[in-house]
Amino acid sequence: MTASSAPASPPKSGGAAALLDRAGMLLILALLVIVCSFTVPNFASPNNAESVLLQVSTVGIVATTMLFCLASGNFDLSVGTLIPAGGVLCALVLKDTGNLVLAIGAALGFGALVGLINGVVVAKCKINPLITTLSTMMMVKGVAFVFADGKSIGIANDAVLNLANAAFPVFHNERGGVLFQITAPVWICFALFFLFGFLLNRTIFGRNTLAIGGNEEAARLAGIPVDRVKITIFVLQGAIAALAGVLLASRMGIGDPKTAQGIELSIISACVLGGVSLTGGVGRMSYVIAGVFIMGIVENAMNLLSIDSFYQYIVRGAILLSAVLFDRFRTRR
Amino acid sequence: MSNAAHPYLVFDDITKTYPGVKALRGVSFGVEEGTVHALMGENGAGKSTLLKALSGAHQPTTGCLRIGGKEHVFTSTSAAMAAGVAVIYQELHLVPEMSVAENIYLGHLPQRGGIVDRSRLNELAAIQLRRLGEDIDPDTKLARLPIGQRQMVEIAKALTRGAKVIAFDEPTSSLSAREIEKLFTVIRDLRREGCAILYVTHRMEEVFRLCDACTVLRDGAHVRTHPSLQAITPDVLVKDMVGRDIADVYGYQARAHGPVALQVDGLVGPGVRAPASFSIARGEILGLFGLVGAGRTELLKLLFGATPSTAGTIRVHDAPVTVRRPAEAIRAGIVYCTEDRKKEGIVPIRSVKENCNLSARRSHVSFGGVINETWERENAAEQTTALAVKTPSLDQLIKHLSGGNQQKVILGRWLSEDVKVLMLDEPTRGIDVGAKSEIYKLMFKLAAEGMAVLVVSSDLPEVLGLADRVLVMRQGRLAAEFSRADAAPERVLAAALPIDTNAARPV
Repeated sequence: MTASSAPASPPKSGGAAALLDRAGMLLILALLVIVCSFTVPNFASPNNAESVLLQVSTVGIVATTMLFCLASGNFDLSVGTLIPAGGVLCALVLKDTGNLVLAIGAALGFGALVGLINGVVVAKCKINPLITTLSTMMMVKGVAFVFADGKSIGIANDAVLNLANAAFPVFHNERGGVLFQITAPVWICFALFFLFGFLLNRTIFGRNTLAIGGNEEAARLAGIPVDRVKITIFVLQGAIAALAGVLLASRMGIGDPKTAQGIELSIISACVLGGVSLTGGVGRMSYVIAGVFIMGIVENAMNLLSIDSFYQYIVRGAILLSAVLFDRFRTRR
Repeated sequence: MSNAAHPYLVFDDITKTYPGVKALRGVSFGVEEGTVHALMGENGAGKSTLLKALSGAHQPTTGCLRIGGKEHVFTSTSAAMAAGVAVIYQELHLVPEMSVAENIYLGHLPQRGGIVDRSRLNELAAIQLRRLGEDIDPDTKLARLPIGQRQMVEIAKALTRGAKVIAFDEPTSSLSAREIEKLFTVIRDLRREGCAILYVTHRMEEVFRLCDACTVLRDGAHVRTHPSLQAITPDVLVKDMVGRDIADVYGYQARAHGPVALQVDGLVGPGVRAPASFSIARGEILGLFGLVGAGRTELLKLLFGATPSTAGTIRVHDAPVTVRRPAEAIRAGIVYCTEDRKKEGIVPIRSVKENCNLSARRSHVSFGGVINETWERENAAEQTTALAVKTPSLDQLIKHLSGGNQQKVILGRWLSEDVKVLMLDEPTRGIDVGAKSEIYKLMFKLAAEGMAVLVVSSDLPEVLGLADRVLVMRQGRLAAEFSRADAAPERVLAAALPIDTNAARPV
């Protein structure tokens, strides 16, 4: 197909536009990978691929549920501190009990509890989600520091360290070192992409999420349990953020209350970059995957090019802004 | 008077194509100076698109406008304003938090060295308002004004910009009778001053009372322009609009009624002040009439559980039901088509299919709430076919459909459920003649199949034309009941008029 070169094919334009809508950002992602492979030294190496995948996994995992949050017309900042808090809590329970299941359960339970608070306040008390989750974000940050007493907590348990470092498949180079592997956080991230993508498209829960984002009152009057859906979304969001925190802590070997600062904005911007609407009602998992990887690859490429991190902020902001403008231009047409 | 051979405003072969849709197909006609020219047509006929070309909101694909002999293709609304064009939409474009004067002069506030000259602003605004016969303090916050006066503010705004071409888009749809009279006086004054006025409306009597000429559009094409309405009857215009005769608009058919379908006893809640008790039989169409604010919508919302009731019982098919939220009402077989389609009916950015299946899909799932996609497609196809919804595909976003087709999709949403009581709140508001009669036909068909239908309308002829029995609401209470035979318009209306408590009070 070479229809893209000539704009003079009106009968096909509907199909092409629909394709562009579904896959537009994925195409840009593919283009980005190709361009970086040729221009950025060491980009197209198995080792770098492994590290990109691992780098994006944290943002990717939380973005799966953030998609639901945004699609329903809501917003969640509290994930930014739930990630470190989940890690701290897991490390702490592990230190005291040595029980892995209990440790992970405590972290996920805490995340779900914070999500429940967010959800109830937003859905039942009708408080703006931005303000609600900004408040809980601060509170959770405080809780993490109190629990950890301001210090990071080391994890000595092998089972936990193995959790994040388990890998399949593992390819070795001729000298016996690891050439390329896909580790557990990456697999979990992919599994969540699939799971939540399926939930959004194929289940009542997902479709109701989009309907609520599209017109909350109409959804309510169509018999959709709006409050319950919203609360469920926030609970899932909280638990998944804590899970990402556990995986991060396990990778680092410590539960650190100071880690992952500002990650909530990276997560939201990755979703928006991919084309998820901030006003709700519009979102696909493919958008999120594209957004997460574009952000991750740009960051990785800038690191490989040893661009100063101060400049990286400017570039990332500019990319986000241009993506939103591009989207605006596309939908206006 | 200018040369009659060249009308002041001319639409010259205007075509507008959207992807997949031809919204306008070579529309040409002229509007003379000092006349009010009606623009009629069913929803989706192209009236709004034409107005958008006039206001500069959209550019036509081909063709142009001529104003006072000069060719224009407006690329922005400010370009249209500069050429002396003002379009006054149904939804007014005003800033509620600013003062009346600020709204009138928004964008060109009188200033002295960059600072707004407030006293001059208020002075000028007062002059403009007085010209329209309005005695409003220009310093009032706009939000405090009733809708009719806001419209006057919008007109004043157009006049301060020297508009000579003024288009009104269904200006009376939310006005009271008194406000309409006032608006007509103003429009007649504008006509006398030589403005070329384009007046979009669905209301036949307004055309004959106010307008000098009339153009009818159908499916984006120009059907006919009547340069004078002297020898024209409403039937002619209706025929132009729908392309066929509509003999009896309602087509009432008497039906046998079955046992009681809905029994309501002592229902009270927000907006319904006195306990409401009534029943509807299977196969019956019950009309609920009342003035705006009489509590009709509020009563339906109580029955639907959209607002919680404080007292009262509801029985459906002889079984008591508890209705605390819409989902419970739907399960009991009570469904409700809302009055405000845009705000409470459709999910605009989702597809026709989604909107149609929004409610019923919950009962067509397999394990884990996975939707049965075959059912989804089949049900949407079945409903849209049965209701003759005009849409290019089931995946079309519903916001791109006309009002009538949106309404049919919402009806399809409810008919996918097991409905025992169908409540319709202003089911034909903002809907064109053709779709209206289709909806009437559907109501009679559903009733004949044994459904109980409760219909609310502000349009008295509509209520009387459809209902087997009429209930009248007044000031939050059920005030009267009429059988079809007794329901003379003047009696029904008299029962609906508020009792003026001030008049009874001694001075």
